[in-house]
Amino acid sequence: MGTGVRDNEFDVIIVGGGITGAGTARDCALRGLKVLLIERHDLATGATGRNHGLLHSGARYAVTDRESAEECIKENMILRKIARHCVEETEGLFLTLPEDDLAYQAKFVESCQAAGINAEIIDPKEALRMEPSANPDIIGAVKVPDGAVDPFRLTSANVIDAKLHGAKVMVYSEVTSLIKEGDTIKGVETFNHITKQKEKYYAPVTVNAGGIWGQHIAELAGAKINMFPAKGALLIFGHRVNNVVLNRCRKPANADILVPGDTICLIGTTSSRVPFEEVDNMYVTPDEVDVLLQEGEKLAPSLASTRILRAYAGVRPLVATDDDPSGRNISRGIVLLDHETRDGIKGFISITGGKLMTYRLMAEWATDLVCRKLNSSETCVTMHTPLPGSEKENIDEISQKTWSKPGATHKATVGRHGARAVSIGLNDEYDASLVCECEEVSVGEVRYAVNELDVHNLVDLRRRTRVGMGTCQGELCACRAAGMLADAHKCTDRAKNDLKSFVNERWKGMYPICWGDTLRESEYSQWIYSGVCGLESEGCETDKAE
Amino acid sequence: MKMQEKNISENNFEQCIKCTVCTVYCPVVPVNPLYPGPKQAGPDGERLRLKKGLFFDNTLKYCLNCKRCEVACPSGVRIADIIQSARIKYTTEPPKLRDMILASTDFMGSVTTKVAPVANFALGLKPTKAVMDAVLKVDKHRTFPKYASKTFESWYKKNVKAFQESFNHHVSFFHGCYVNYNYPQLGKDLISVMNALGYGVHLLEKEKCCGTALISNCMIDQAKKNAVNNLESIRKSVYERQMPVIGTSSSCNFTIRDEYPHLLGIDNSDVRDYIELATRFIYRLVEEKKVKMVFKKDYKAKIAYHTPCHMERLGWGIFSTEILRMIPGVELTVLDSNCCGIAGTYGFKKENYEVSQAIGKPLFDQIARLKPDFVACDCETCKWQIEMSTEKEVKNPISILAEALDLIATSEANK
Repeated sequence: MGTGVRDNEFDVIIVGGGITGAGTARDCALRGLKVLLIERHDLATGATGRNHGLLHSGARYAVTDRESAEECIKENMILRKIARHCVEETEGLFLTLPEDDLAYQAKFVESCQAAGINAEIIDPKEALRMEPSANPDIIGAVKVPDGAVDPFRLTSANVIDAKLHGAKVMVYSEVTSLIKEGDTIKGVETFNHITKQKEKYYAPVTVNAGGIWGQHIAELAGAKINMFPAKGALLIFGHRVNNVVLNRCRKPANADILVPGDTICLIGTTSSRVPFEEVDNMYVTPDEVDVLLQEGEKLAPSLASTRILRAYAGVRPLVATDDDPSGRNISRGIVLLDHETRDGIKGFISITGGKLMTYRLMAEWATDLVCRKLNSSETCVTMHTPLPGSEKENIDEISQKTWSKPGATHKATVGRHGARAVSIGLNDEYDASLVCECEEVSVGEVRYAVNELDVHNLVDLRRRTRVGMGTCQGELCACRAAGMLADAHKCTDRAKNDLKSFVNERWKGMYPICWGDTLRESEYSQWIYSGVCGLESEGCETDKAE
Repeated sequence: MKMQEKNISENNFEQCIKCTVCTVYCPVVPVNPLYPGPKQAGPDGERLRLKKGLFFDNTLKYCLNCKRCEVACPSGVRIADIIQSARIKYTTEPPKLRDMILASTDFMGSVTTKVAPVANFALGLKPTKAVMDAVLKVDKHRTFPKYASKTFESWYKKNVKAFQESFNHHVSFFHGCYVNYNYPQLGKDLISVMNALGYGVHLLEKEKCCGTALISNCMIDQAKKNAVNNLESIRKSVYERQMPVIGTSSSCNFTIRDEYPHLLGIDNSDVRDYIELATRFIYRLVEEKKVKMVFKKDYKAKIAYHTPCHMERLGWGIFSTEILRMIPGVELTVLDSNCCGIAGTYGFKKENYEVSQAIGKPLFDQIARLKPDFVACDCETCKWQIEMSTEKEVKNPISILAEALDLIATSEANK
């Protein structure tokens, strides 16, 4: 392929830089297509970055949704191989509490086994040995192959590979309209929020991978997709309480999954319908916080006394099936729409529904359809091609090979970037010094992210490196990172505004749970940024000037 | 909802608000760039280690366990405990022969006192020092404390045990390895003072090394054995014989009171309040007017008091300095709060010698400027360090008290 002669001509344009878009861009690029990936904000800003980060075994869906369960366990096994540096093989437990019906366990295990999930009933005492933080009152336990997956890392790795295979990636570019000739979509018109330029790009196929926002992209094409936004709220705790995923063995309900993720753990989720108009403005209510804590404490009692770092919410992109636009019949599975057969719109497809776990399969289906439309016979290889950084070695092996005396910083860096960490300079004293102390992010790593990983501001940097994701929530690292960005972009004003919005973004997550030590810490942060750095007064003047 | 009313985790590291004052107060940070500092090694590193043990950083061994970070912390985080616990939990290499020798104060003491003259002579010889430096990596600059030819315990049993019962009041004495094997005179001084104050002094049924050096060299099984043994004897003293336990070493006291529960996980809550330093015990008796001290008329001394790090952590420096201030004719200066750098066995190790001396330099300089007659201090390892690094002799406040008290008049006054 690669037929486009001019810079703005591609084989396929993918709209949406979540995990689905990133995965599709990678799959298309690996099959030799000339790819453009467009994202209006940063990578993984939507539902991709706002979930549990659970590497589902599929057990959760086994009883209610066999198809999803089967997809999950297959993808689970694939991701363990191709995304080693994004995945943590923690195992999972489904716990039955005294208030739960133990009879459900038998049905659960039977459904798991039917879906190909290795679910094994174990003695509650054995479960407590596996995970000492689990509620000691449990009356039943089932072991399943759950794990943890870092969605930011996973998205980034897919984008890196797409770029290594020739894809062009444009973040902060918003699709303003689709270029339509007759009944065919010929390309997209975009507005680049960084250069403030309007641009046009052409391709014979455009893929709508906009998640919940895909409803709007479809509208631009003249098609209608009925999305049913379902909000899910989660709480992040200050450290890992558990090292094994803990689930409730009951019909899926609120706050019944506790996942260890990197240095923290998360309890979630709630589920509530929200109007489409609100999907860009998610906030967590006090009621949601209460439910999460009440139920979470039943899984791991120590959550009651563990510091909470933040609360956040995401939107599941649930899709109404076509034969029932009322939404009573909502699919949680993968939805691939060929708008040519569905709506008579040529050169336009939508890939939506699904979940983080099944992104690769979604990308495979979407790319298969793209290839059919482009008459390409290339087949999918993503199920056995490791993502960049996920080559065979583990953290220790990579660190020992690369540095003479690897310390915590080196290993943390390898933990985040896998084998690609070897190209991050950490030998020089300055490069090895820390920007983010909580998460051990060095100057070298920040520089690598800014140069190589499409980082335009501090929030982007957080998603690529975990800067500001630790206990201090940006208190010490944000100003250092802002300094480095000011150097990189040669603009201190931009960096100052960026710092302000980053600190405010951190505060948004702390606000719903701001008590105890998180409150103390936020007061201290405010003192640093308003009192010492004078960030607030500066903001007031600028605001007045505007 | 009761939840989250007290959101303090077990290790309490989440109370850290990253103010970094601990790193400012750490004596190692300014002199050893390899050490990441208490904040990073402690509360920050702990989050990574909870994820996977492989994030344990071997540079944590540079921590002196001086606890100055904990004294500085405004949030009450037990930073040094977190660091030492991590060393205990994750250190995989077995202790080196050198570390085992340095840490086994009990064993070495009991063997060496039997051949004390030979051992002292040999340990002082340049060739011996050269061999120890080269083979064992014990720094050649170090002077080993002299071993006594007779242990304190055997002296006690032979000479003073019998008449201790004749007093009205009684205490037990946790003498520690230093008094027993190296410097029985300090124990004798304590007995003179306590007897003069009307207190009979008794030994514990069975005393083992408190374990300070065992803990800092990660010989945890031995430390636990000793702790269990000591607490059993202390309980007998406190509950069967109604005798509180006093000591003359700030580190032994600190270890028994705080490191047993925090680092060894051994509960001492039933006896913790009955273990204290002799100076604190005496100070209280004087304050409550239960005893009188009569001093020699002609005693004169210009004294500089050094507060050992563990004394800072205990918050007990004030009792020793106030006792010294009670002595007429004493001109007392409390030295600036600085670590002397020895930190028990740390400074004896060849790889730490330079760091150890660099840490102590401000203290040594201040002592040189002040020109006291001698230095006062409640810790034996600080004593070795200061005596090696300055020209001044170092005395325990109890020994100073024994010199300054008119023991006969005091005995009369307390009858």
